[in-house]
Amino acid sequence: MNNKIENTLFQCRAINKEFGNVRANNDISINVRSSQIHALLGENGAGKSTLVKIIYGLLQPDSGSMTFLNEEYSPKSPKDARALGVGMVFQHFSLFEPLTAFENILVGLDKELGEKELHASVIMLSESYGLEVNLSSFIGDLSAGERQRVEIIRALIQKPKLLIMDEPTSVLTPFECESLFKTLKKLASEGTSILYISHKLKEIADLCDTASVLRKGAIVGEYDPKKMTPRELGEIMVGQSLFEPKRPVAANKSNKVLSVKINEVKPDTQFGVTLKNIDLAVYQSEILGIGGVAGNGQEELMQVLTGEKKDRNVSIKYMDNDIEMLNPRERREIGLAFAPEERLGHAAVGNLNLLENSLITDPKKRFQMKMGFIDFSELNEYTNEIIEKFNVKTTGVSALASSLSGGNLQKFVVGREIGQNPSLFIVNQPTWGVDALSAANIRQAIVDIANTGAAIILISQDLDEILEISNKVAFLTNGNLSIPTNTMDIKTDEIGAIMGGISD
Amino acid sequence: MFKLIPRENVSPVLSLLGPLFSVGLTMIVGGILFYFLGVDPFAAIKMIFWDPLMSETFSTYSIPQIFIKGAPLILIALGLSVGFKANVWNIGAEGQYIMGAIFGASFALSLYPLESIVIFPAMILIGVIGGCLWSMIPAFLKVKFQVNEILVSLMLVYVAEQILALASLGFLRNPDGAGFPGSRNLNQYTSASNAEIIAGTGIHLGVLLSLLMVIFFYVLLFRHSLGFKIKLLGNSPKASGFSGDNPNKLIFLCLTLSGSLAGLAGIMEVAGPAGQINIDFNVGYGFTAIIVAFLGRLNPIGIFFAGIVMALTYVGGELTQFMLNLPAAAIQVFQGMLLFFLLSFDLFVHYKIKLKGNK
Repeated sequence: MNNKIENTLFQCRAINKEFGNVRANNDISINVRSSQIHALLGENGAGKSTLVKIIYGLLQPDSGSMTFLNEEYSPKSPKDARALGVGMVFQHFSLFEPLTAFENILVGLDKELGEKELHASVIMLSESYGLEVNLSSFIGDLSAGERQRVEIIRALIQKPKLLIMDEPTSVLTPFECESLFKTLKKLASEGTSILYISHKLKEIADLCDTASVLRKGAIVGEYDPKKMTPRELGEIMVGQSLFEPKRPVAANKSNKVLSVKINEVKPDTQFGVTLKNIDLAVYQSEILGIGGVAGNGQEELMQVLTGEKKDRNVSIKYMDNDIEMLNPRERREIGLAFAPEERLGHAAVGNLNLLENSLITDPKKRFQMKMGFIDFSELNEYTNEIIEKFNVKTTGVSALASSLSGGNLQKFVVGREIGQNPSLFIVNQPTWGVDALSAANIRQAIVDIANTGAAIILISQDLDEILEISNKVAFLTNGNLSIPTNTMDIKTDEIGAIMGGISD
Repeated sequence: MFKLIPRENVSPVLSLLGPLFSVGLTMIVGGILFYFLGVDPFAAIKMIFWDPLMSETFSTYSIPQIFIKGAPLILIALGLSVGFKANVWNIGAEGQYIMGAIFGASFALSLYPLESIVIFPAMILIGVIGGCLWSMIPAFLKVKFQVNEILVSLMLVYVAEQILALASLGFLRNPDGAGFPGSRNLNQYTSASNAEIIAGTGIHLGVLLSLLMVIFFYVLLFRHSLGFKIKLLGNSPKASGFSGDNPNKLIFLCLTLSGSLAGLAGIMEVAGPAGQINIDFNVGYGFTAIIVAFLGRLNPIGIFFAGIVMALTYVGGELTQFMLNLPAAAIQVFQGMLLFFLLSFDLFVHYKIKLKGNK
């Protein structure tokens, strides 16, 4: 016990923070020891971000105290925090795109430092920690991984004793993750403690020495992730037991449901991605997983598949019919169903109630009587069915979609589409921001319809999800799609190589 | 200084109270205005809201007048509300109203003095088409070139007013009118006259149609898939596209409906209460209908009541003009205040205000 306290680098005691009626942090105490990688684990909305913002001086706690290096610590701003030895790398980068990597490091400094001197220490840092960055490149030309390295160098140059990393791997390829982990381990071994925020269980088990688990704003406990399985850790994080969906048994190779060929499709805006050389096919009872880091063409591919974007350079064959010129409604009428990534404002509308949201996709004209009049009894029945089957927590069919939590709305959207008994279901990020239990349920529902004969295209940035339930996987890189391979035959390091187009 | 923060829970009760609250506040502030104009505010307010309905002297004339003045407001507001729901902002119903009248009247007068029972329905149809064509201009420009429909429809009001002057002084001028501006009186042309359907009241077919349209639009908006598509487009163009709707078609539909109804109101008015095309034919129904649409919460039933309340201010306003010598502009200010208070009230229903501290 004594030993523990001696080693303590940072601790917070009984931190409370409220936003309106929501208690984001409820009596939180943690203890970060020196030279350790300490995980802060919790689902979205558990209060992780609030806590680290308090530690970094971006927010002030309502009550509670912190000590850092055995002294009272209460930063009023990030500048205070940095001056005392706390650095942070954000999930969303704060770099200036028109400046070079080196210039970004330079402008980020609190103290004046000679340019030559700085250059030398940056080179030293990047070499000793494996943070390879071409310092004279413009940020706009760098990949997500490289940008993150610039951010890390910028934090390290201030020689922090405590480095906070906020969901650092969410934008990285597996290969980039590995090199990040090496860097972090080296930093820890040399005396820098790292507060590592994540909800990804596997990487925490690989990387961290201690894990504080947060649930609903409060600390559940402190655990040793090396001594637990990711599943056990996940159950603590969620507060209930979890199950793992199994991939569909076997694809029916003789029945091709969809084939897509894209030579080139230009984006509508200059910020979009050009889709190139895409050639995919999906069979009955098969889940084709499409992985890749965000912003590599997922949104654009989805639009081409739904028919929201029609293009002559695309050829889409659905059970021997050419459907590339059909609009989304016409595609639904012949058995396709879609669930786009953005829940509010695309798949569903916040200002409309659940009944009306059911009406958004009505391929079989189930909810229409003659002459286009709405059949409210049928609509009511169907909407109640979705709510019941998918365990959507809501006050009823007349609740506004915006009143549902993200996870519940996602269950509603997926349920609405699956309830149409599609022959082909195309879904983008089905479990993004959804709690672990709901996510498992959604995956199970997708697997279930595949087992009854539907073909599935699962676009997801969650690699674990894709590897868990897909029969085949392909990856999007800069608008290109790799050749689909059997999931069973693929190894994690190969995935890194496939997605590697981004990292170099 | 101040910051608007969206409320998480918008109270439906408050939202419904908005129109009542704004009518009340308009009475108070309007009363103050009347006081400074040297008129007893209580007498004036009573004369606007009470006397047309309850006074023995006025009500036999006033009550049918409320429906007659309310009919064009309700017709136009119904059409506009559909567009407003879809975020299609037709501000130029006044112009479409004028063009409906000119088209219909021109057709009928070109046949004068031929009598036939087909003239009246054909005239109405052509009036509707006239209003619709005028609203197709902003529709086309919006869909084809992304030109803002608010500007185009509004500017076309002034074009329509010029055409109205041209018709009154030129191609529709009454050849037997001793050189005065204005067309022949359609009420004296049996085949084209929108005659009263209840003797002695002045109530004409347009009043009946306005009531039928309330039902029609209620069904369209709340029971028909087309109404849902319109609502969906207004709430989220992206979700509308995902659903498979073509936004351009819906924009055309909205402007067709609002233009046609404004045209219908115009032809009903010119062949009925107004009687003739003249330079002062339009009295701002097309603009007041915007207030009616919002006062009625873009809901057909609400629009019916809002139209009646607004017509009351017209009829009562006229009373105050000749009984109390209030200027006509004071009544227009009064009507404008109604919209102002309604929109302000809505702001507070949907947002709360926070003082930004300097912490």
